[in-house]
Amino acid sequence: MSTTIDAPRSPRSPLRKRRVNWEKWGWLYMRASGIVLVVLIFGHLLVNLFLGDGVKAIDFAFVAGKWANPFWIVYDTLLLWLALIHGANGMRTIINDYARSRFRIVLLVLLAAATVGLLTMGTLALTTFDPCPAGTPADLLPSFCSTL
Amino acid sequence: MSTQAAAKIPAPKEGPGAPKKGLRRPVGTLYRGREGMWSWVLHRITGVAIFFFLLVHIMDTSLVMITPEGYNAVIGTYKTPIMGLGEIALVAAIGLHALNGLRIIAIDFLTIGPRIQRLMFWIAIGLWVVLLVGFVPRQILHIFGGA
Repeated sequence: MSTTIDAPRSPRSPLRKRRVNWEKWGWLYMRASGIVLVVLIFGHLLVNLFLGDGVKAIDFAFVAGKWANPFWIVYDTLLLWLALIHGANGMRTIINDYARSRFRIVLLVLLAAATVGLLTMGTLALTTFDPCPAGTPADLLPSFCSTL
Repeated sequence: MSTQAAAKIPAPKEGPGAPKKGLRRPVGTLYRGREGMWSWVLHRITGVAIFFFLLVHIMDTSLVMITPEGYNAVIGTYKTPIMGLGEIALVAAIGLHALNGLRIIAIDFLTIGPRIQRLMFWIAIGLWVVLLVGFVPRQILHIFGGA
C-alpha cells in the first residue's frame, strides 16, 4: 500500500466522499445502550431474582403471567436487542484485540452468526408466545388459561 | 478504546522511569498497575462472562416455544444451591460492569471526568459493595431457605 503525496502548493484535491464512521457510532451505541441497560437489567433482576421467591418462583406459568402484559413483551424485547448487540460489539472489540489473521475472521463470523441467530430466536419466542399450549396439564399453566 | 487515562502525569523519579529499590509498581506510567488498568481488566472479564451467560439465557428462555415441561426442567437447574451461588457471581459481575460503565461514560462526557477517574473507580466499588450487601443475604435465604 503506497501513499502518494501531492507536490507542495498544489491545488487542493477534491474532498473524498464522506463515509459513515461506524466505529464512532459503535462507540456511541455502547454508551447510549449502556445507560438504558443499567435501568432495564436492574429492573429485570429485581423482578425475577430479588422480589418474591426469587429464582425459585420462575417457571412457565411465571413467564406466561408476565408476557400476558404487553409492557413486559416490549421490556424484554428491548432488553434482548440492546443487551445482545452491546455484548456482541464488546466481543468484537476483544476479538480484534487478541486474535489475528484468519482466526480473527473465523471468530467474527461465528460471533455474527450467534448474534443474528439468537436475536431471531429470542424475538420469535417473544412474539409467537402461546401461554396456554394445548395438551399441557393445567398446573403448569398460568391460572387464566382455565378461564378461556 | 475508552479514555480512561488520568490527567496528572507524575514525573519520573530520577532517570527515565527508574524504579526505586524495593518498589514493585512501575514508575513513570499513570495507567499500568493502577485503578485505570484494573477497571479496564475487570470490565473485559465481567463483559465476556456476562456475554456467555446471555447466550445461554436467551436459549433457555426460548424453550418456552417448545414445551412448558422442557422450560420448567431447564429453569429448575437454576434453582440449585450451586447455581444460586452462580447467580451471586452473575449479579456481582453485572453490578461491577454497570457501575464501571457509568464511570467510563462520565470520563468520556464530563469535563472533569478524566481528572476524577480514580475517585470514581472507588465510588463505583463502594456502590458495588452496597449492592451486594443488599442482594447476597436475600439470595442466600432464597436458595438455602425453606420451601
